Amino acid sequence: MSVFIIRRLMQAVFVVWIMSLLVFVGVNIVGNPVDMLISPEADQAEIERVIKELGLDRPVHEQYWYFLVNALKGDLGNSFVFNQPALKLIIQRIPATFELAVVALLMAIIVGIPLGVYAGLKPDGKISKTIMATSILGFSLPTFWVGLMMIMVFAVILGWLPSFGRGETAPLFGIEFSFLTWDGLRHLLLPALNLSLFKMSLVIRLARAGTREVVHQDYIKFARAKGLSQNRIIFVHLMKNIMIPVVTVLGLEFGGLIAFSVVTEFVFSWPGMGKLIIEALQNLDRPVVVAYLMIIVVIFVVINLVVDVLYSVLDPRVRIQDLKG
Amino acid sequence: MYLSKKLHTALLAAAMSLAASTVMAADLRVGLSAEPSAIDPHYHNLGPNNAMAQNIFSRLIEQDEKQRLMPGLATSWKTIDDLTWEFTLRQGVTFHDGSPFTADDVVFTMERAVNVPNSPASFVTYIKGKTTIKIDDFTIQFKTERPYPLLPQDISTVPIISKKVATGATTADFNSGKAAIGTGPFKFVKWVPGDTLELVKNPTYWGDKAEWDRVIIKPIKSGPGRVAALLAGDVDFIDNVPPTDIVRLKKESKLQLSQGISNRVIYLHLDQLREDSPFVTANDGSKIKNPLLDVRVRRAISKAINRELIVERVMEGVAVPAGQLLPEGFFGVSPAMKPEPYDPAGAKKLLAEAGYPDGFKLTIHGPNDRYINDAKITEAIAQMLSATGIKTTPVTMPKSVYFKRASSGGPDKTPEFSFLLVGWGSGTGEASSPLKSLLHTYDKSKGMGAANRGRHSDATVDALVEEALATVDDKKRSDLLIKATELAVGERLGIIPLHYQVNTWAARKGIVYKARTDERTVLNLVTSSK
Repeated sequence: MSVFIIRRLMQAVFVVWIMSLLVFVGVNIVGNPVDMLISPEADQAEIERVIKELGLDRPVHEQYWYFLVNALKGDLGNSFVFNQPALKLIIQRIPATFELAVVALLMAIIVGIPLGVYAGLKPDGKISKTIMATSILGFSLPTFWVGLMMIMVFAVILGWLPSFGRGETAPLFGIEFSFLTWDGLRHLLLPALNLSLFKMSLVIRLARAGTREVVHQDYIKFARAKGLSQNRIIFVHLMKNIMIPVVTVLGLEFGGLIAFSVVTEFVFSWPGMGKLIIEALQNLDRPVVVAYLMIIVVIFVVINLVVDVLYSVLDPRVRIQDLKG
Repeated sequence: MYLSKKLHTALLAAAMSLAASTVMAADLRVGLSAEPSAIDPHYHNLGPNNAMAQNIFSRLIEQDEKQRLMPGLATSWKTIDDLTWEFTLRQGVTFHDGSPFTADDVVFTMERAVNVPNSPASFVTYIKGKTTIKIDDFTIQFKTERPYPLLPQDISTVPIISKKVATGATTADFNSGKAAIGTGPFKFVKWVPGDTLELVKNPTYWGDKAEWDRVIIKPIKSGPGRVAALLAGDVDFIDNVPPTDIVRLKKESKLQLSQGISNRVIYLHLDQLREDSPFVTANDGSKIKNPLLDVRVRRAISKAINRELIVERVMEGVAVPAGQLLPEGFFGVSPAMKPEPYDPAGAKKLLAEAGYPDGFKLTIHGPNDRYINDAKITEAIAQMLSATGIKTTPVTMPKSVYFKRASSGGPDKTPEFSFLLVGWGSGTGEASSPLKSLLHTYDKSKGMGAANRGRHSDATVDALVEEALATVDDKKRSDLLIKATELAVGERLGIIPLHYQVNTWAARKGIVYKARTDERTVLNLVTSSK
C-alpha cells in the first residue's frame, strides 16, 4: 500500500514539474511585459533599467531556474504590475470566486433537480417539453451574452438588482463573504445565476435521464403496490437513486465552474480570480499567470491523487495491477 | 413687524441651508475602465495611476483640462539663469494629516520618486538631470545640466508627498493608506484592488474644494458593463464610453455626456530603415527595394486615405481628422498644416512617378485592443490603399503581442513591421514630446527616438528638435517646434497622422465633467450643473 502511495506521489511531483516547465516557457514566449508596463515617453535607458530590474534580460532557462528555486520555498514571484507576491494576490481573490462557484452549484442543484425529476415523471407533458427545450438554450447560449442580457433586463430595465460588482461583505472564520449580507446577496444573484445556467441544464438532463430509468425499476413498482404515497416514492425511493450520478458529475464539474467564472467575473466586474487572471494576461503580468496556472495544476493533481488512493483502497485490483506494471 | 421680518429671514436662511446641504452632502459613485496598480504615486508612471494620484496628491505645477500649466503647490516660478529655475511655494498648505507643506517635502519627493524599488515605470524620465536645492522653507531651486525649457512641464507630472509620513515608506504602505497622505482635493480612505477605491473630501484643500463628500470608485473593465451600470443607476459617472453606445446614450433623457478632444493622435509609421522591408513585396510576391523609402510613395499613401470617411463611419463621428502631431491650441502646433485631403487620383499619379504604376503589396499591422476602434481603422486603411493600387492586407493582434513585435520584434531588436498603426498622447502637452520620441532619429545615447518604430531619420529635423529642447524662450521654441513638425510630418512624411481621438464621459443628468485632453478622470472636475 505505502509503495503504491509513494509511487503515485512521485508521479504527481513529476507532473507538477513538467507543467511548471511548460507554463513558464509558454508564458515567456508571448510579448514583452515592459512594453505593457512602461510609460510611452520613457527613453531607451529607462526601458533597459526596467528590463533589468524585472530580470527579463536573463536567458529563459536562467529565469526558470530562479523561479524553480523560489517556488520550492513557496515563493512564486512578485507581480510585475502590483509588486506584490503573486500567490498572495491570487489567494486574496479566492473567496470571491469560490463563493460565486458554490452558490452557482447550489442553484444548479436546487432548480435543476426538481425540474429534471418532473420532466422525467411526465416525459410527454407540455411543461416537460418546455423545460427540456429551455435546457438546450442553457447549454448553447454563450455565457457572455446571457450575462449582458441579464444585466439589461434585471438591472437596467426592471431595476430589481444591481448591475455589477460584489456587495457588502461580512466576516466568517476571518474571511470576508458577501452571502452573509442582504446587499451582498443581491449582488451575488445575477452572476451566480449566469454561471449556473450551464450546470443547471446539465443537472436537468441528468435528473431526467435518471428518473426515466428509475421509475421502471422493480422497487418503485413494489413501493407503489405497497400503497406508498406518491410523495414518499419520489422523495425517498426515487430521489436517493438518481442522486448518485448527479453528485458524481457535479463533483467533477466543480473545477470547470471555477474556470468558467472567468467570463462571468469579467461581465459582472466580480473581483475574483478570473478577473485577475484576465487582466494579468492582458498586461503580460507573467508571475501572476504562472502562479495561477500552477495553483490550478496542483489542485487538479491533488484531486486526482486522492481519487487514485481512494480507488486503490476500495478496489485491491488497482493496487495489484499497478505493482505489476 | 421687525421681529417677524427677522424671523422670516432666519427661516428662509435655514430652509436654504437645508436645501443646500442636501445637495452638498453628496456621494459620487464612479465606474472607471482602468484601475491603478498602486496608490503610491511614484510607483508606476502610467495613465491610470497618474490620474488617480491627481485626486489625492498635488503637484508643484498643475495642468488644467487643456494641459496648460497653472500654479499648484508653487505659486510662481521663473528662470534665474539658463540653468537655474526658482519656484516660490504656496504657504499655509497642510497635508491630509494636518502637518504643514514646506520645501523639505519637495526635496524629499524628488529624491524618492526616482528610487521606488521594483517600479515598472519610474519618474526618472521627468526628473533626471535636475538637482533640487532648498533655499528657504518656501523657496526652492532646480538646477539643470544644460538649458532645459521643459522643466515646468516635467515638474508638473510629479506628485508631492509628505516627508514626515513617507520617509522609508514602501509602496505597500501607500496602498494600505498609511503613507497615502497628500495635499490633494481628496483624502484616501481605502482600496480593495479589483473592487473598490474610496475617497473623502479634503476640507482644507488649497484650491477649489471638491463638491463630493465621498467618492466611491469601482473598476468596471467591460465597456457594455460600464454603460449598463450607469443606465441602471448603480454608478453616477463613467469614463471611456464605447463609441457604439454614444448615439444611444445621447437620446437618454436621464443622462448627460461630456466630450473633448484628446492629445492623442492616431498615426501610421512607415519603415524607413531597411532597403529590404519584410512586409512589402512586388505584386507577384517577389522582393523589391522598399518603396516606403521614397517620400512620393509615402505621400501617395497619405492622399489615398480618406480621413473624413474614417471619422464619420469607423469612429461614428467621434474623432477629428489630423494633419499633424497635436490638435489646435497646443504649444508648438503649426497653424498652416491641415489634414491631407483625400485625393486618389493624385495618389496614383505619385505612385506612377515613383515607378510603381501598378502599385505593390503591403501588410498593415495594428493592435485590436489598445485605441478606440483600432482594428476597424486598420482594416479601413487597407481597403482604401487597395483601391488606389497598393494591395494591402490588414493584420491585427492583441496589444500584448503587438507592441513587442512593433518595437523590437525584428533582427537585432529592430521594429518588425513595415507599416503600422499606433497612437501617441503628449504627456507634456506640447509638440516636443511626439517630435522627440517618434520623429527624431533612434539614438540610444541621446535617449531620443525611443518610440520611432518607422526609424524615420533626418539630420535637419534632429537638429531642430534638439535646438528646441535647449531653447528656454517660449516664442523661439514654439517656432522651432513648428518648423520641425512642418518638415518632419508635412514635407518628409516621417509618419502619417490620421485623427485625434475624442474621449467621452457619461453621467446621470445634472453631473458634468470638464473633459480633459490628457484623457484623465480627475474627480474634482466632476461637478453638478446648477
